[in-house]
Amino acid sequence: MLAIYKREMRSYFTGVIGYVFLVIFLAVGGAVFAYTTLFSMSADTTAYFTFMLIFSAIVLPLLTMKSFSEERKLKTEQLLLTSPVSIPGMVIGKFLAAYTVFAGALIVNSLSFLFLYRYAAVRTGVLIGNIVALLLVGGVFIAIGLFISSLTENQLSAAIGTIAVILVLLGVGLLGNLLPASFFLRYILNALSIFTRFQTFANGYFDLASLIYYLSVAAIFVYLTVRVYDRRRYN
Amino acid sequence: MVKAEHLVKRFGQNYALNDVSFEIQKGEVVGLLGPNGAGKSTTMNILTGYLSATSGAAFIGDVNILDDPIGAKKKIGFLPEQPPLYPDMTVEEYLRFVYALKGCDPDAKAREGHLEKICTAVRVQDVKKRLIKNLSKGYKQRVGIAQALIGDPELIIFDEPTVGLDPKQILEVRNLIRTLAKDRTVILSTHILAEAQAVCERIIIINEGKIIADERTDNLSKAIKDGFSYELKITGPQKDVLAALSDLPGVKTASATGERDADALCYIVESDRGVDPRKAIFNLCSAKGWYILGLEPVGTDLESIFIRLIDGTAQDAAPARRKAH
Repeated sequence: MLAIYKREMRSYFTGVIGYVFLVIFLAVGGAVFAYTTLFSMSADTTAYFTFMLIFSAIVLPLLTMKSFSEERKLKTEQLLLTSPVSIPGMVIGKFLAAYTVFAGALIVNSLSFLFLYRYAAVRTGVLIGNIVALLLVGGVFIAIGLFISSLTENQLSAAIGTIAVILVLLGVGLLGNLLPASFFLRYILNALSIFTRFQTFANGYFDLASLIYYLSVAAIFVYLTVRVYDRRRYN
Repeated sequence: MVKAEHLVKRFGQNYALNDVSFEIQKGEVVGLLGPNGAGKSTTMNILTGYLSATSGAAFIGDVNILDDPIGAKKKIGFLPEQPPLYPDMTVEEYLRFVYALKGCDPDAKAREGHLEKICTAVRVQDVKKRLIKNLSKGYKQRVGIAQALIGDPELIIFDEPTVGLDPKQILEVRNLIRTLAKDRTVILSTHILAEAQAVCERIIIINEGKIIADERTDNLSKAIKDGFSYELKITGPQKDVLAALSDLPGVKTASATGERDADALCYIVESDRGVDPRKAIFNLCSAKGWYILGLEPVGTDLESIFIRLIDGTAQDAAPARRKAH
């Protein structure tokens, strides 16, 4: 697992993808931070993190799109699958590598908020809640991206498929909000919505149910990726 | 060392393997021979744990690959048909990655010593610092072989290791495999009979997912030599030539193909088992004043052997098909 993690990390930064992701994430994150807080003279970080949530849905597939599709295309998955490494070990190694790059970028971006403390009374609980929520959601997005990448050998298809699935998961909450409050379906859609659960954290509340939800969804997609490989051996 | 028990692999309604059983002893060098699509790669992929059999079992040593895949894979070095190389890595980086992937001794000194030994054996020292994407196909193949050797596996499996190489590279790779085979169990798949004969001491011929022959190479070569057919190009009147050829001792049949080469006509002569009629043909033509423009054995190619093995004449030609152990 460690060998795969290291190779993935290396491949992000010997190619362009790691740099492209970091540049886009940091540049857009910095600009949005400046616009939503410094220029608006506001210490409210909610708008920034809400934007970054949607933005992550679009840029995180950059990190995951080639994770498995490229291995399949180059036939290097044959090396991984015939080496003494378990399939879960292989998937988790790739997951952790993508997550490290994402978490690193988010944490570097979040350092910008230290400036705010000089000019305004920042609600630290809300700030940390937002960062934790985005870290959790990022894990879900990466797990979805890896799963979609395991289904195809075309990177572009993997990226587009990932964005589509994430947008659907984000959209179900909005769809739920359109339904009358008395509808049970509204309750279910909100419970399934990544976005609705994000808002709880974003308001500075630690919500155990949401934490379990995010971890579970990420674990389900990691498991599904493992199953894709298990199943492929039989087909 | 390797045991395949009634392996069946079905893709939908098609059988890629249909009840394949064999056993390979430690130290044997075995060639899996067959045309494209015969089931060679499927067999190898099952033995290495890349694919699962629909039914049956594969053992590496005493380990069932399904029960303990990691334990079984530790004993195997595998070079797939397309070497599994990362083009964005240098040879050195790639081999270090495979070394770590196989869970070998993490000590840097041990690692470098082991990799140095392998690089010397497969002769890639001079390209160690180069990106894999910039290497020639021959070098890529050697790097693929190098990764298979990492960890000193007891069993090495090569799937079509010379496909796409030029003749010089083919000879180099064959020599390399022969050297490696001295102290290891090796399974080699190929569709080139000469390659299997050159490298392997035992050949398993597989066709349409079934083993159709499993013999020691020398026995198989003998079986092939028995009952040769020859293509002849002889000047002279067709009727006389045919009559004279048919009367030669040891010649079973002689027939004209109807083809011409300059002023010579083409004939096919089939000899009796164990009889080489070439000297008699030469003497005949010399006595009659006919020129021989061509004389070559036919039917020694893999396809012909398959046909002979499949159509039942093989029952006579080949010594008894060895039963799976």
